[in-house]
Amino acid sequence: MNLHQWVFGSSYATLPHGFLMLGLMVGGAVIGMLAGLVLKNNEVLIRSRTWLLIIALFSLGTWRPGFAPWLFGFISFLALREFITLLETRPADRGALFWLFPAIVIQYIWVGMQWYGMFIIFIPVWLFLFIPLRLVLAGETEGFIRSAGVLNWVAMMTIFSLSHVAYLMQLPVTGVGHGLGYVLCLVIMTALNDVFQFIWGKLLGGPKIIPKVSPGKTWSGFLGGMGTSALLAAFLLPLLTPYSHLAGAGVGALLACCGFIGDVVESAVKRDIGVKDSGSSLPGHGGILDRVDSLTYTAPVFFHLTWYLFY
Amino acid sequence: MQRLIRIIFLACLVRPLVSLLLGRCIKGHEHLPVSGPAIIAANHNSHLDILYLIALMPFKAIPLLRPVAAADYFCSTPITSWLSRTLLGIIPLDRKRGSFHADPLAGPAAALEQGEIVIIFPEGSRGKPEELGQIKPGVAHLAKRFPQVPVIPVFMRNLGRSLPRGSFVLVPFCGKTAVGAARCFSGDTKLFTAELATTMQQLEDQVDGASS
Repeated sequence: MNLHQWVFGSSYATLPHGFLMLGLMVGGAVIGMLAGLVLKNNEVLIRSRTWLLIIALFSLGTWRPGFAPWLFGFISFLALREFITLLETRPADRGALFWLFPAIVIQYIWVGMQWYGMFIIFIPVWLFLFIPLRLVLAGETEGFIRSAGVLNWVAMMTIFSLSHVAYLMQLPVTGVGHGLGYVLCLVIMTALNDVFQFIWGKLLGGPKIIPKVSPGKTWSGFLGGMGTSALLAAFLLPLLTPYSHLAGAGVGALLACCGFIGDVVESAVKRDIGVKDSGSSLPGHGGILDRVDSLTYTAPVFFHLTWYLFY
Repeated sequence: MQRLIRIIFLACLVRPLVSLLLGRCIKGHEHLPVSGPAIIAANHNSHLDILYLIALMPFKAIPLLRPVAAADYFCSTPITSWLSRTLLGIIPLDRKRGSFHADPLAGPAAALEQGEIVIIFPEGSRGKPEELGQIKPGVAHLAKRFPQVPVIPVFMRNLGRSLPRGSFVLVPFCGKTAVGAARCFSGDTKLFTAELATTMQQLEDQVDGASS
């Protein structure tokens, strides 16, 4: 194996685009940090520094397909830990809660092995059956239904959904389709759509969609963000994936929808618990769940659409 | 040699591992002492408290840390005694006042004289999970002997959820910590204890405010 193969992986012979994208993202973060330094705005500086750290970790985790399960396994761990910290858990839940952590390792082993069948049923079937069993063994019936439901949902959101990004990275090469291209499209589109919706909402204002859950979300932001995302995706997706310009625009609009849903679902969770940020593990950004909320919806949708169309 | 083993164990194993498992969420990091002598008074809910606190400390302070721990628990067998003395550097404290002659604070006092940082859990036991118990006057008595030594209050949250008393299964929750400003002995043991209790409650509110 020569150096080129080691760096890009044997399947990644044609990826200048991908690394151009990473370069652009790192460049953006560096500009943000410089802006923070020049403006002497500490908040901008802290945010940009965290951004740079996220991008560095992301670049490392997507360097080779085999690195992705480690990176996203770690993100699942942080998200799960943050989620259960927010929840009100009963002492009797501890036994079941403990097993969610080995479940992360096991789920990402299936991803690493590219064992699709096991990857797709492990959490929804096996863990789903196991959690109530472990809760029953603890012998506490008060609050049982709530715990069984909540634990399953947390596992689906933080482990199952996010593991789709790592599996996307492992997809075999078909023509122009390759893992890193898919992952870059998914992550860039998800992240930028959040920004687009925010900017359009600020610019136009207007009627709110679900003021009780998320007072900042307006129809103008949602539709404007969707349009901008579709426009960007129409150009970006054909560069990195087998999607055509037209299909790319459709996927962009779809991801905008899913990102919005992920965002408001997490807002509802935070509102239910009564917190503003989900945690403080990312200085300047709040918690890790605040960052990956949209991804929990966009990742499975993008993955299964791609899987259906091209594999 | 024992000291070297302890520093390597704490700095290379405990610190990265505990930071990874429980996170490093801390308010008032600047109040933590870098050099001794100093007394750290922390709330106590779990066996993780000592390890978590060590993991949060600045690197420079790690060789100086001496947690005060119950002799009846940590030194119940020769093996646990050797392990907790060598690896954690504990100062055993006799909770059941045995003889009249023995000075229960002799161990911590000697450590402070050597310029070390003594960690004390003034509630005296782990108590109920995630509940701040009664602050006992032991810290005040120690501070009275060393009026120039700063006492630093620390409140830790969620350790009692991660590893509560009586449980052997560790479930990682995000630890949350608030450190208060250092204070020296005020001249009155009762007053000092009461002030410390009030500060602990304020730190508790600060920690809970950070999450809600």
